[in-house]
Amino acid sequence: MTENIMEFRHVGKQYDDNVVLRDINFKIEAGKFYTLLGPSGSGKTTILRLIAGFDQPTSGEIYFAGQEINDVPANRRQVNTVFQDYALFPHMNVAENVAFGLQIKGVKKSEIKRRVDEALQLVQLAGYGAREITAMSGGQRQRVAIARAIVNEPQVLLLDEALSALDHKLRVQMQTELRQLQRKLGITFIFVTHDQEEALAMSDQIMIINDGKIQQSGTPVDIYDEPLNHFVADFIGESNIVPGIMKKDYLVAINGQDFKCVDAGMRPNERVEVVIRPEDLDITTVEQGQLVGTVDTQLFRGVDYQITVHDVRDHVWKINSIHKTTVGARVGISFDPEDIHVMRYNETEADFDARLDSYEEGE
Amino acid sequence: MMRQKTLFIVPYLLWIVLFVLAPLILIFYQSLYNINGQFTLDNYTTYLTSGVYLKMTFNSVWYAFLITLVTLVISYPTAYVLNRLHNKQFWLLLVILPTWINLLLKTYAFIGLFSRTGSINQFLRFVGLGSHQLLFTDASFMFVAAYIEIPFMVLPIFNSLAEINPSLINASKDLGASQWQTFTKVIWPLSMPGVKAGIQAVFIPSLSLFMITRLIGGNRVITLGTAIEEHFLTTQNWGMGSTIGVVLIIAMFIVMFATGEAKQKGGHTR
Ligand SMILES: Nc1ncnc2c1ncn2[C@@H]1O[C@H](COP(=O)(O)OP(=O)(O)OP(=O)(O)O)[C@@H](O)[C@H]1O
Ligand SMILES: [Mg+2]
Repeated sequence: MTENIMEFRHVGKQYDDNVVLRDINFKIEAGKFYTLLGPSGSGKTTILRLIAGFDQPTSGEIYFAGQEINDVPANRRQVNTVFQDYALFPHMNVAENVAFGLQIKGVKKSEIKRRVDEALQLVQLAGYGAREITAMSGGQRQRVAIARAIVNEPQVLLLDEALSALDHKLRVQMQTELRQLQRKLGITFIFVTHDQEEALAMSDQIMIINDGKIQQSGTPVDIYDEPLNHFVADFIGESNIVPGIMKKDYLVAINGQDFKCVDAGMRPNERVEVVIRPEDLDITTVEQGQLVGTVDTQLFRGVDYQITVHDVRDHVWKINSIHKTTVGARVGISFDPEDIHVMRYNETEADFDARLDSYEEGE
Repeated sequence: MMRQKTLFIVPYLLWIVLFVLAPLILIFYQSLYNINGQFTLDNYTTYLTSGVYLKMTFNSVWYAFLITLVTLVISYPTAYVLNRLHNKQFWLLLVILPTWINLLLKTYAFIGLFSRTGSINQFLRFVGLGSHQLLFTDASFMFVAAYIEIPFMVLPIFNSLAEINPSLINASKDLGASQWQTFTKVIWPLSMPGVKAGIQAVFIPSLSLFMITRLIGGNRVITLGTAIEEHFLTTQNWGMGSTIGVVLIIAMFIVMFATGEAKQKGGHTR
């Protein structure tokens, strides 16, 4: 079992009357890559600020290595931050920026030099030490910011939308580099983003935040395959979400038509929502299709075609297919029982996990 | 297009030529004539060899330095605190407000306060401390000079502090710096441009103060400003007055150059 390096217990944060976080609970295991994912204004930065110590929670406790740290000032926490705007000191050059934390700690000059060089090497900026910050590109500045944080060998590294200012190509490259760096250093990363693809690509664990609450947490695969509610399903990846009725265990009705599925543990005839990912839907002939409809649009996106089909009940289905079809054609849509994911209304994460456990054990 | 640009620049050029270049040339020209209208370098020789003028120069620089120092010591914390207040623009306005009142009026107001029958002495007598000579002392001169110059120091420092990105301060704390370390290593160096602008705005005018030296300092402090006034209005020795003027102008350029270049250095190389 790995140890928990940090824990939030019933943490709430309020600015005057504005409730920003409500009852946040989570545990952070040492050495993993966590992502806080959520829309703008959901409270992600606020969580990081509480961890770093720039703000204090209004209620609840924050634990670090078993100690409550609510009142420990930021400069005495073993946490370093890569700021959204990098926050590099403009009056210092690259090496001086990276050396800042070590100088404060009173590390010997010779050792500072060695560690700064090492950190710059790690972020592939060896030899840039004497450069002014203003003479660095956006991507380079961000690496300086990372070097400035990791040179202090923190237990936890916080990264606030660290990649959002970069262009797509550099961003994808930095995602890989960050992930490698995290594995190499074994430091716990808590990474904030509102980009779901980035979250899926990089994380060991994702926490989905909306409206000051954690909606769901889990591995990228869990969250993608088994979203807890409409918000998560919609926020992570593309999805078709349709209302349905859970006839009995392993049987759900969509549009009055029964389909086999792999979900269970609900009341008979409970009203539910059904999620099917566009890439799990296939286009076949009308005879072989479980649903029948007419192709509305088709868009080539490089790797696949994005197709929309409206069925006989005028419900529009999003389908991603590597095969081409014809706009206006009547087609069948097919999918397997495993492709269906059933969500209950207003189910909590705990109930959801318990229900999953109950019938998965039974199988 | 090009034509328009030239047109727009005409008023500015006129201004520069009429009110900056012409006076400079005139002063320099005047400084080369003695009181009898003869072309000579005597004024400069007199200036450089007479102990009186050199002492005066030293005095001017020394008092300007003191005024600047006192002003800085008061203004920096003021600007710093103002920056952290909720309605900082309002409080800043209160600091700037006195600059809208005429300098002479403010000086007379201080005479009213400091004189033997003034409000302060009345108060001192009331609490039984007797009356004191307040006017015409070095202290009162420094006090009034600093009072008048403070807004010109507070404003640039306030602006440079306000420009500091708050996440830099968080970054400093994040990297382990205490409040004081954050101040010395991040806030102070980043507010340097404001401090330098403030020094320029206070030191240079202080070099040529003359009204306050007369009215509040009671001519105990004789600066170059007083000397110039004397030569132009009393002794009518325009040549000597202009020579001192040239010296003052050179001093101003030295100060501007010193603070200006340092600013560049802080911003770029280091
Ligand atoms: N100092 C503050 N005073 C009042 N409200 C605040 C303060 N800081 C943040 N908030 C509010 O808290 C909410 C969450 O802010 P936060 O910065 O955590 O969002 P975020 O998830 O990081 O968003 P983004 O993706 O846009 O950065 C917002 O509604 C914001 O207006
Ligand atoms: Mg944010």
